[in-house]
Parts: sequence; structure tokens; C-alpha cells
Amino acid sequence: MEALFAVALGILTASGVYLLLRARTFPVVIGLTLISYAVNLFLFSMGRLQTGVVTVIGRGSEYADPLPQALVLTAIVIGFAMTAFVVVLALRSVGETKTDHIDGRESAQ
Amino acid sequence: MNHALILPILLPMFVGSLLLFGARLGMPVKRWLSLSATGLLVPLSFWLMLQADQGDLQVYALGNWQPPFGIILVLDRLSALMLVVTSVLAFFAALYAVRGDDERGPNFHALFQFQLMGINGAFLTGDLFNLFVFFEILLIASYSLLVHGGGRERVSAGLHYVVLNLIGSAFFLLAVGVLYGITGTLNMADLAVRVAAAGPDQAPLLGAAGMLLLVVFGLKAAFLPLYFWLPKAYAAASAPVAALFAVMTKVGLYAILRVYTLIFGDEAGTLANMVDAWLWPLALLTVVLGVVGALAANSLHRLLAYLMVVSIGTLLAGIALGTPESLSAALYYLVHSTWISGGLFLLADLIARQRGVKSAELVQGPALQNPHLLGALFFMGAIAVAGLPPLSGFIGKLLLLHSVEPGLQAALLWPVVLGGGLFSLIALSRAGSTLFWRVGLSQLDSAELDYGRLLACAGLLLLSPLLVGLAAPLLAYVDATVIQLHDLSLYRQIVQVGGAP
Repeated sequence: MEALFAVALGILTASGVYLLLRARTFPVVIGLTLISYAVNLFLFSMGRLQTGVVTVIGRGSEYADPLPQALVLTAIVIGFAMTAFVVVLALRSVGETKTDHIDGRESAQ
Repeated sequence: MNHALILPILLPMFVGSLLLFGARLGMPVKRWLSLSATGLLVPLSFWLMLQADQGDLQVYALGNWQPPFGIILVLDRLSALMLVVTSVLAFFAALYAVRGDDERGPNFHALFQFQLMGINGAFLTGDLFNLFVFFEILLIASYSLLVHGGGRERVSAGLHYVVLNLIGSAFFLLAVGVLYGITGTLNMADLAVRVAAAGPDQAPLLGAAGMLLLVVFGLKAAFLPLYFWLPKAYAAASAPVAALFAVMTKVGLYAILRVYTLIFGDEAGTLANMVDAWLWPLALLTVVLGVVGALAANSLHRLLAYLMVVSIGTLLAGIALGTPESLSAALYYLVHSTWISGGLFLLADLIARQRGVKSAELVQGPALQNPHLLGALFFMGAIAVAGLPPLSGFIGKLLLLHSVEPGLQAALLWPVVLGGGLFSLIALSRAGSTLFWRVGLSQLDSAELDYGRLLACAGLLLLSPLLVGLAAPLLAYVDATVIQLHDLSLYRQIVQVGGAP
């Protein structure tokens, strides 16, 4: 399971970084979203990857660590707000500069 | 528990929410609310500074969950000093904004309060994940404040700023995740204990997390490989926002100081003071490149933004040297550079208003209406920021230069800091002579000098002579701050005895 998880994170991050380096705002926003997925999954896995363990302390010797889940929840909420904001800002940028280039102007050919 | 500890967070939060819900209130009510809340923070932060100066750490356990299980706020001398720096700067920025700049976009005052909430929270929190949350609060408010007033320049600069900081947040979460995965805690004092006790097999991962954090804080503080966003963003921001942003880079420096003296400090075994070797060359190169940028700047705002990069490099050099003397010099210089940079951004706006379409560009323009008054303020700000006697920049730089022993470090630091001062002075003289002397005969009669704005700007710049007058008590305070920062047993007690004072 660890290997599958690691590969999934790697692919998400690599795709995110590739998109982030594009010159248009839309791929950049998608890239940021992919990276934040990867980061959230990474944070989640810091409570250790286990299946079938109890969620409440005291019912067994092993239990799922609730704190990373709380952290991920916070990070998801914040990431959601940030993505919404960056989409609005990107739209505003298209409106102001008449181009979706990340620098606000087309690069010289 | 001292409940006053949470007031610097709650007060802006409630006033900000009130302003948001009362978006239809008249502008005078909003201004009065925002200005009085910001004004209230000033005596509050000074009172907290007096409390902190008694030498004990004040711990506030939120929800009475005892550390290390709950989130805590910690007030020590360093965080109290940063609160004072923020509140004074914010008061003058708000005073400037209420004279008309707040009408250029909706919800300025609510965003201003949320920004203060984030900054104060970042200074007070004793929990690493909570620091991330407060970073996000101050960032999302700053994104909106940066584009306040709109316009092509601001939106384009804002987009870069937002994307870069979102990447920074991703790095922050990765670092927090690694630290939690290894140590099982996020409380900074508890982290210090666990990192000191970590085995050699865990050290590489902990070190990697520490370096990831340095990238995040470096992006906020804007030093060498990560400062390229700053000049564009700060030059594009409206005046009161740019003035308030003068403290934003210091949030990054504060976080560096906090994390690398407490968690990766003297007692962290193989990881002790691991970033100093990195910070030292980066600090000096930041000064050099900042000066190059200042010399090449084509507008006053851009020049001031690059001078801010120079001051960050100087501060970082003080932190990287790591001796008690250099740290206290850096803290004194931090107070000075935050207030004076803020004041200069306000002054640049006052000058730009009298130059019509030429704005703050460094080209021949119409004659100013108040050349003597604005010129005198510019002169004072320039010699303060370049570090000439008799103003506060001189004392800060002198202390910093005095703190290194003769040797290789001194041979590197002295030429860089002194040369940085000289070339800043050249850039400022060139800008000043263009703005005040290379002028046409005609004056623009549309722009009257607004005395409220002038008061805010002059008030901030006049803090420089005040800092000279109060140098003795302030230096005694920062010396005590540095001693407290390195007394790690004090912070360890937080975890051992719990939150009870």
C-alpha cells in the first residue's frame, strides 16, 4: 500500500509542477490544485497508513491518529478558499490585461 | 491565565467581522471603528510589552487544553516587541488610509483588520500548525489588500504574489507533516524537546523538514533566491497597504528567529543552528542585489521596495551571525527599518500625488507644491534608511558592525553593509534631486496637500529620532530579549508544568 501511495503522490506532484510551469493562468491554477491534493494526502499519511484499526482510543492497542485528519481538514478548507480566490483573481487579470498569460502580457515572439 | 494575551487577535477579528457584516454602514462609521480598533492595539501592545519585560513567559492555553495537547499562545519579549512594531505601524497606515485611500475599493477596513489579526496571531502562537493557519489568514487578507484599488499593474503583481505564496503554503504543510510524523507533536516547545532527543536515524528527515521551513519563511521574508516577487508587489500596492506590508517581511524573519533558535537551536544535537551557514552568504548577497536593484530603479516606489530588500539582507546578516550582540543589533534595526520603510512608502505617495501623470517615476516632472516640506521629510527618511548619523539607522548598523570580531566575517560584513549604505545613499540622492530639483516651472494646481496624510507620514518618519532618544531602554529590552531567546529551559517548562502560570 505504501508503494502505491507514494507513486500516486509522485505522479500528482510531478503533474502539478509541470502545469505550474506553464505560461497560462488556467494550467497554473490546476497545477496548484494538484499539488495541494498531493500535500493533503501526504499530511494524511503522516498518521501512518493502516487499515481496519479503531478510531477511538481505548478500544484496542492500535488506533488511527485523529490529529493528521484534523490538520488535513483545515488544510483542505484553506486550500479551497485559496483556489477560489486565485480563480477570481485570474479572471480579473484576464479582464484587466486582455490576455491569460501569467505575466499579464504576451511574451515577445 | 492572562486573558489579555488573546486580545490582539480577538479585537481585530471582531471589528473586522463587524465591518464585514456592516458593509452598508456609512464610511465615517467604518473609518471610526477601524481607526479606534487599530489605535486601541497600540496601548494594548505596549502593556503586553511591559508584562513580557518581567521576564516570565506568559502562556495562554486555548480552551484550557494543557500543552502539549492543545494550542497555546506564548508571549515572550520577542513577540511583545513585534506586536508593538505592528500596532504602531498599523495605526499610522490606518490614519493615512482614512483620508481617502480606503474608498478606492470595497471592504478596505475589514481586510485591514483581518490582516492585523493574522500578523498578531503569527507573533503570538506557540504551535507550528497554528502558525500556518495565521500565515494563511494574513496572506489571504494581503492578497485582497494588494489589489485594493485595482488596475492592471496591481492585478498582474497580485497574481504572481498569490501563486508564489500558495506554493509556499504547500511547502509549509509538507514540513509540518514531516515534523509531526517523526515527533508526534506540533507544539513548538515540545518540538524543541523532541528534536533534541531525536536519534541519529531521524536527524536527516528532521533536517529536511527544517530546510523546507526555511524555504517558506524565506519566501515571506524575501531574501536572495526568493525576493523577486517583492519589488513588483510592493511598488504596485497602494500607499497605506505598502506601508503595512513593511511588517509582512518581518513576519518571515520572526518565524526564522523563532524556529531556528527554539526548535533547531543550540540544543538540537547534530541539527543545532543548521541554517546559519546558509543564511550568512544569502544575507550578504541579498544586500548586494538589493542595492543593484535600487540603483537601477525607475520609480521611487521601486527604489523603496529594493531598499527594503537591502534592509532584510542586513537584518538576516545579524541573525546569521548568531551572537547575542549581533542579534540584539538586528532587533533594534528591525524596529527602525519597519517604521521608516513604512513612512517612506507613505511619503512616496504624497510626492507622487503632486506630480500628476509622472507619478513617482524618476523623470523630470512638474514642480511640487510643497517642495520644502516634502523635501525635508524625504531628506530625513533618506538619511535614516541609508544609515547616516544622527538617526536610528546609523545606530542599528553601528551596533551590527560592532558585533563582529575582526576576522573573515568582519572582512565580509563591513564592506557589504557600508557599501550597501553608500550606494543606497547614491540611489536616494539621485531620486531626490530628480524629484525636487529637476522640475519644470509649472505646478499642478489640482493636488492639494492633505494634512491628515502628512500627519501620518511625518509621524512615522519622526519615530526615527525618537528611536535615537529612546535607544538606551530599547537596547536594554532587546538585549534581554536575546538572552531570553537562548534560555531554552524557560521554553521547555511550558510543556513540563503545563499552562498554569
